[in-house]
Amino acid sequence: MKLHGVFRELARNRTLLLMFLPVAVLLFLFNYLPLAGLVIAFKDFDFVQGIFGSDWMDPLLDNFEYLFSSDAAYRAIRNTILLNALFIIVGLIFEVGLALLLNEIRNKYFKRVAQSLTFLPFFISWIVVGVFAYNLMNYENGAINRMLEWVGMQPVDFYSEAGLWPLILTIAIRWKVTGYGTIIYLAALTSIDNSYYEAASIDGASRWQQIRYISIPMLKPTIIILTLLAVGRIMNADFGMFYAMVGDASLLFPTTDVIDTFVYRSLRKSGDIGMASAAGFMQSIVAFVLVIGSNYAARKIDKDSAIF
Amino acid sequence: MNTAAAKKPSAGQLIIVVAISLFSLSCLFPFIMVISGSLSTEKDIMDYGYTLIPKSVTFDSYRILLLGSNRIIDAYGISILVTAAGTALSVFVTSMGAYVMARRSFKYRNILSVYVIITMLFNGGLVPWYIICVHYLNLKDTLWALILPMLANAFNMFLIRNFMLSIPEDLHESAKMDGAGEFLIFYRLIAPLAVPVLATVGLFVALSYWNDWFLGLMFVDKQELQPLQLLLRTLVSNVEFLKSSSNAAAMQRISAQIPSESIKMALTVVTIGPIIFLYPFVQRFFVKGLMVGAVKG
Repeated sequence: MKLHGVFRELARNRTLLLMFLPVAVLLFLFNYLPLAGLVIAFKDFDFVQGIFGSDWMDPLLDNFEYLFSSDAAYRAIRNTILLNALFIIVGLIFEVGLALLLNEIRNKYFKRVAQSLTFLPFFISWIVVGVFAYNLMNYENGAINRMLEWVGMQPVDFYSEAGLWPLILTIAIRWKVTGYGTIIYLAALTSIDNSYYEAASIDGASRWQQIRYISIPMLKPTIIILTLLAVGRIMNADFGMFYAMVGDASLLFPTTDVIDTFVYRSLRKSGDIGMASAAGFMQSIVAFVLVIGSNYAARKIDKDSAIF
Repeated sequence: MNTAAAKKPSAGQLIIVVAISLFSLSCLFPFIMVISGSLSTEKDIMDYGYTLIPKSVTFDSYRILLLGSNRIIDAYGISILVTAAGTALSVFVTSMGAYVMARRSFKYRNILSVYVIITMLFNGGLVPWYIICVHYLNLKDTLWALILPMLANAFNMFLIRNFMLSIPEDLHESAKMDGAGEFLIFYRLIAPLAVPVLATVGLFVALSYWNDWFLGLMFVDKQELQPLQLLLRTLVSNVEFLKSSSNAAAMQRISAQIPSESIKMALTVVTIGPIIFLYPFVQRFFVKGLMVGAVKG
């Protein structure tokens, strides 16, 4: 009998199952239970009764109605998508650009030192980056304002100028992860067969032409895959960056409040669980569709590059 | 292109070298600035702002930090404990799980892989996760809250599994012939062979535990359980808490006023110190790990 065979196979491998048990339990507790917990968006949450015991919302979509009537929620969604789009585009240019430049360097030591230095910021937390940013930008004694004063210009109060922050955050994220992002592109570049370049230079192609017609086309699959995967995460902001760089500076929220910080504030500061869970639910659903979609697209282009 | 290197560097080469140098230095400058700031007197920071080289060197801020509170020593202890325990547990548990997913003889291993992959695709988001952790698992204000939620990582499991799949099956077969059980084969044979990937994963995990403050922010309100990174954040927004420490009088003797700016810098240096110190030794493992991950996650 078939069922009997299944049990026999399981019993035969009971040690293996036991070895898998710890991760199975951990993933169940911290990934599967929260998934089931998504229903909270449709509930009138009560701490004593818990997620599953709380009453259903009446009407069921009340939390969402509340969410979509809120300007702050709309602003957070818009900021998340626009900022992430900006980060993806600028990131692509910087990472591919630096990889191409590094690939032109023939001096091994210079290349190694440059790689080490640009990779270094990846290793520190956003909290520390926040301190660095504060050193540069604070009004009284930040290095940038001292420099501005020195050349006879007015100091800028960065922490109240919301308009500057898309730029500031882009710079911060580039500073932190460009070296990290370059590694994969650089690996792809070094794996290009040298004979392409040799043939091109015999035909009289300049270095620039070689980059334009050999290096960049060869990088294209990697670029497309990594960009697709990034687009799949466009609804998820890097909470660490926003919280460490912006924190509670509400003057900056018009351009920097994203879904993740909005949900965090609703949950932990204002205690508005209905609003927070509705926003989170919407984020999870859209993110899921995007991840599946971008993975499907990545798979079409290159079977090995998709996550699944 | 090797012939090009032999020639005199062209203008283009020069521009590239300058561009890379500028970017590399900009990656280094903020580090130098905090070190310089931590060694400066408060007055110099007020007068000249943050500079790359301190005008005059003083270790006062470090001395105050050391005296300043048990909280900093505590936080250091918490961070070290969480990083050590979290990394050891995580590597053990994920590699053991990965071993099961890589066991070709186990018919249902693919079901387990799907179980793990699903966690990479679906995400319940912050609110249910937070409520599960606090309300159902009672993690609030415990050390476990800083360790458990990050312990099982699907991506790392696949990294390890893929490495283990490349180990020849015969090895496993012959160990089995000798009568070894699955756990023994994993522990004595496969895990030692997988050390390259385990080292890389271990370093990534250790880095994320050391740098983590999100779990602390969510679950730890008790001051004595705060990890270093979170303390740094607290200190940045409010340096005054040092004054309430029991050593306040001794601190007053070093400096009449607490040099708040340079203390922030000193704590930053202390926080990133271990990473900077280990960086030259571990960097290549990270690069190698990224390459493995890039080939197939």
